[in-house]
Amino acid sequence: MKQIYARPKSLKEAHFHYCPGCGHGIINRLIAEVVDEMGLRDTVICVAPAGCGMLLYNYFDIDTLESAHGRGAAVATGIKRVRPENLVFSYQGDGDLAAIGTAEGFHAANRGEPITVIFVNNGVYGMTGGQMAPTTLHKQVTTTTPLGRDSNLAGHPVKICEVFALLDGTSYLERVAVNKPSAIIKAKKAIARAFQHQLKRTGFSLVEILSPCPTNWKMSSVESCKWIDDVMSKQFPLGIIKEVTC
Amino acid sequence: MSGNAALGEAAVLAGCTCYFGYPITPQNELTEHMAKRVPETGGVFIQSESEIAAINMVLGASVAGARAMTSSSSPGISLKQEGISYLAADELPAVIVNMVRGGPGMGNISPAQSDYLQATRGGGHGDYKTIVLAPASVQELADLVPVAFDLADEYRNPVIILGDGMLGQMMEPVSFDNIKPKKDYPKDYILTGAKGRPSRMIRSLLFDTKEEEEHNWKLFRKYQRMEQNEVRYETFLIDDAEMIIIAYGIAARIARGAIKRLRQENLKVGMIRPITVWPFPMKVIQEAAQQVSDFFVFEMSTGQLIEDVKLALNGKGHIHFYGRPGGVIPTPLELSRIVSRHCYLAQRRKK
Ligand SMILES: Cc1ncc(C[n+]2csc(CCOP(=O)(O)OP(=O)(O)O)c2C)c(N)n1
Ligand code: SF4
Repeated sequence: MKQIYARPKSLKEAHFHYCPGCGHGIINRLIAEVVDEMGLRDTVICVAPAGCGMLLYNYFDIDTLESAHGRGAAVATGIKRVRPENLVFSYQGDGDLAAIGTAEGFHAANRGEPITVIFVNNGVYGMTGGQMAPTTLHKQVTTTTPLGRDSNLAGHPVKICEVFALLDGTSYLERVAVNKPSAIIKAKKAIARAFQHQLKRTGFSLVEILSPCPTNWKMSSVESCKWIDDVMSKQFPLGIIKEVTC
Repeated sequence: MSGNAALGEAAVLAGCTCYFGYPITPQNELTEHMAKRVPETGGVFIQSESEIAAINMVLGASVAGARAMTSSSSPGISLKQEGISYLAADELPAVIVNMVRGGPGMGNISPAQSDYLQATRGGGHGDYKTIVLAPASVQELADLVPVAFDLADEYRNPVIILGDGMLGQMMEPVSFDNIKPKKDYPKDYILTGAKGRPSRMIRSLLFDTKEEEEHNWKLFRKYQRMEQNEVRYETFLIDDAEMIIIAYGIAARIARGAIKRLRQENLKVGMIRPITVWPFPMKVIQEAAQQVSDFFVFEMSTGQLIEDVKLALNGKGHIHFYGRPGGVIPTPLELSRIVSRHCYLAQRRKK
């Protein structure tokens, strides 16, 4: 019998701990599939974040280093400068990259570090219990915006791809989602494309992934997936935001 | 050569291939030296966007197997504490230089010794320690750099070089003859991509409290080994001393001048100079306390070293203190006057 679906080699035999309906598990798997398919398992080095994705080292069967909250891009810079031949990516949430680690992400992007950031945007701080993130939408209710995000008090949802697109060091920026099969296929392609950019050393690459957090959005998995289409992707439009020739 | 440049050159010669730094006075000559020299050797120099970024780049470079260094001065070191704690937790080698200035807060850019407790107690969060080397001359600054890198590799732990603005900026002749070629340390932990071996994972996150406790005990045992094996100090005229000054770094340099004056006045004053301020040279102070009952702590702060001297003496002997915080540099004459007064009072007490 022909096997058409199996566990990627770059994933360990472990069960994901993520909440039901969470996007992190899908994204972990997509990265592992891309690493396998591009034959990169031997050369890839992952930088894990603080945030729900932090336990990915229980799942990835690849060399991995944990970083402090927000510092992924700086740590990845250090690794990549020493080992330019390795594929280096950091995995970061929206709190991680768009709040505490804005400086590190922004300047790694501006230096054109040939690293890839997998940026998981679920609009909240998942791990710490659903507080407002920089990417929380206008009027969105979180534990620290109980009346909904008020832009007069709490500012506006940060569009990382659009901001980074202005930096000359960035080479590939795409926003995708993991809320339905067609979107997941696109997300996988985007990850592969970002890695290609890194291998060709065209500059800094980042894939922003709109990812459901049913637990903290207080929605069912199905509602969360629909919400990404109906609401979230209006604020964060999907597609390639920037690509220089690779 | 300035102390800062000498330190940088020594680092390059000791095989430091990665330097990450953010400008801050009084250590800029070091960053500038590295900007020129590290790329010449094919290494990596990045002027980072902040001290936080610099120390995290060090973390990345270290886990990738390079000899990595960063430097700063007091406010910048406060920012680096996050990364230093992670380096210690992850058991990764690195060298961090602190050319201390007057603080707290922004303070001023003059030499001070007010970061002693921050450096010797871990400084960042959690139960951890770093070996802290405190040179007292430009030559020693250069000589201790390869030592710092070797200790970092040996114990897989960050090592701090604790200087100050004066040491960093003063010019003295310096020789680099003492820099031996780097030893081969096992690199069986570094991340290179999992080619031909199981994947590796370097982390400090241990959700399981039992595992975390074990990890902390393991680190603790390592720090105990450092305490046993890595204590360094220098003594100066202590054999016949009736009073012993305890000072480190630039303060010890000043104290040496003061002691020469005091000896001319026939006052038998000697000095114990910790070179590692952590691990602290407890034993030599305890041994000295069998003959000497008066110890004089001198430092350019309101009194931080005094805690370690108290711990060493454990109630034996009298401790006198003179400190000048805020970037004020006392002269040997000033110190000798203060010490001679204390000698006089001590003698009177004995009678
Ligand atoms: C310096 C520091 N501050 C705060 C925290 C606590 N913390 C852990 S994860 C997290 C937020 C994670 O949110 P995000 O990056 O959006 O990822 P998610 O959990 O949503 O996937 C915070 C604030 C920390 N670990 N370190
Ligand atoms: S809290 Fe949200 S982001 Fe975290 S695992 Fe649960 S669903 Fe996923």
